[in-house]
Amino acid sequence: MLSFIVKRVLSMLLSLVVASVIIFAFIHLIDGDPVYIMLGDTATPEQADALRRSLGLDQPIFVQYVLWAERVLHGDLGTSLFFQAPVTTAIRDGAETSFLLASLTMVWIVLMGVPIGMIAAMKHGSWLDQGLSGVAMMLASVPTFWVGLNMILIFAVWLQWFPSSGYPSIFEDGGLANLRYLLLPSLTLAAPNAALILRLTRASMLDVAREDYVRTARAKGLKPWPVVTRHIFRNALLTVVSAFGFTFAALLSEAVVTETVFALPGIGRLVVQSIQNRDYPVIQGIILVVVVIYLVINLIVDISYRLLDPRVELQ
Amino acid sequence: MTRARSILSPFMARPISMVALCLLAFVVFGAVFAPLLAPYEPTAIDPINRLTPPGLAHLFGTDQFGRDTLSRVIQSARMALIVGIGVVVMALGAGVPIGVFSALFPRFGLVMMRLIDVLMAFPALLLALGLIVILGPSVFNSIIAVAAGFLTTTTRIVYGLTLRLKAETYVEAARSMGAGTLWLVSRHILPNLVSPLLVQASFVFAFAQLSAASLDFLGLGAPPDIPSWGNMLAEAKTFITRAPWLLFFPGTMIVLTAFALNLMGDALRDRLDPRFRDMMGGE
Repeated sequence: MLSFIVKRVLSMLLSLVVASVIIFAFIHLIDGDPVYIMLGDTATPEQADALRRSLGLDQPIFVQYVLWAERVLHGDLGTSLFFQAPVTTAIRDGAETSFLLASLTMVWIVLMGVPIGMIAAMKHGSWLDQGLSGVAMMLASVPTFWVGLNMILIFAVWLQWFPSSGYPSIFEDGGLANLRYLLLPSLTLAAPNAALILRLTRASMLDVAREDYVRTARAKGLKPWPVVTRHIFRNALLTVVSAFGFTFAALLSEAVVTETVFALPGIGRLVVQSIQNRDYPVIQGIILVVVVIYLVINLIVDISYRLLDPRVELQ
Repeated sequence: MTRARSILSPFMARPISMVALCLLAFVVFGAVFAPLLAPYEPTAIDPINRLTPPGLAHLFGTDQFGRDTLSRVIQSARMALIVGIGVVVMALGAGVPIGVFSALFPRFGLVMMRLIDVLMAFPALLLALGLIVILGPSVFNSIIAVAAGFLTTTTRIVYGLTLRLKAETYVEAARSMGAGTLWLVSRHILPNLVSPLLVQASFVFAFAQLSAASLDFLGLGAPPDIPSWGNMLAEAKTFITRAPWLLFFPGTMIVLTAFALNLMGDALRDRLDPRFRDMMGGE
């Protein structure tokens, strides 16, 4: 087990190094001098030279990568051109919104996707199953921004039940009640992802239902319900839970669209604004942070999967 | 004749798949004959009739410049098809050779699959946005940006399928009789990849619609003078309280197109050789 964890951590670190090279290359692939990209077009040649020397950009590209990686490891992601502040500060300011949005979305995904997927699998082949699967496929075919705009129109404009945009921090006036600002966005973001989890839950329950031990459990006279809860559901859940990890990481990037629609001050909207402002260091920093989160979640999922199911062998 | 029937059979088995097929035919028809079908010039400005609700003169209403929504929705079907086909061609055109090559040459394959794993750590939308920043916003670049996200999954599927095919007895037999790599690929591997790739293509087509629409909506895809369902919705956003029809029609078209393509993918997958079915996801 220990050797598995060590191997897995080493492989994750290798991925991280390769990914970091790609992310480092990002700024250099953009048309133009990286120094002017970082300082903006208004910089004087003296400022440019000073920055070029201080960042080591007059060095060979390989040395530049090492210097960059060293700064990143010390928590320095560079300076935002637009905010004139460290990139880390800009990301930290958006983190609360994005993290709460993703978490709340996960709650909806679990509450809707898993039980409905279970019901569909238990009624496999019935009109209910076909109907639910059809609805799931429909939801997976809807662009999130369109769902969001419709939600704003119906629940914020016509019915006026919820605010249509913005999000004041839960640490400010209003406290936890401010979560109501995230209700429509989180439901929007949850719709297609809940549909995917529904399909996954249904498929993995049907897979497990074909296993020999399920037939044995039925043959020994166990009632249908205990077979489902004790044998099928528990084993099917393993696959589903491992998908939660990737879903959460994916939500951080899909939030780009949702946060833009609802004008939420999160990391996703920051990406879009930074693209408009040509604030490349911020874009680079966010991509790096999201990739690291993805790789770490991936690692945790793999290790816990192995802990929960000893049959899974390292390939 | 029999071949045509066997291709259509999965659709005829389930009426809803037939509906999907008709929907797609409808979109393709609209795209091809857009100039003949559109009642107005899609870019013609008519300030007097701005933000007119749906009515006899304008079946789908007009936008903030008085442009006819129906004509713009029809014209946008072209963009949807171009982007969808472009993404499928790029994702499969690059993914198939890389996947097959990786499976045939394990040493190269291991490195390649490792790289694909790393690329999968970049969430598709973020990858697309990063590429748009490097390449600049345009229709062609948004095709590249969206295709990049599907390249990884396509390559992986092709790699897995080819590895399986390589282990088949008839492939080994052919090899032991002295068949060269090129012969194996063209005679045994590629023909067997066709139907799983057809399934993959319809899913890629479906999700490419959604990703491209997101880029258009964020203003990073098709420029405003080329109507697309995504950028129509971006403009509709400002007027949703005054002109909800601007939100309704383009959005419905995106949903119907993606839904029909997904249904088609599902129907094709159900018909697929059971050995490959589980590799394509779903039941």
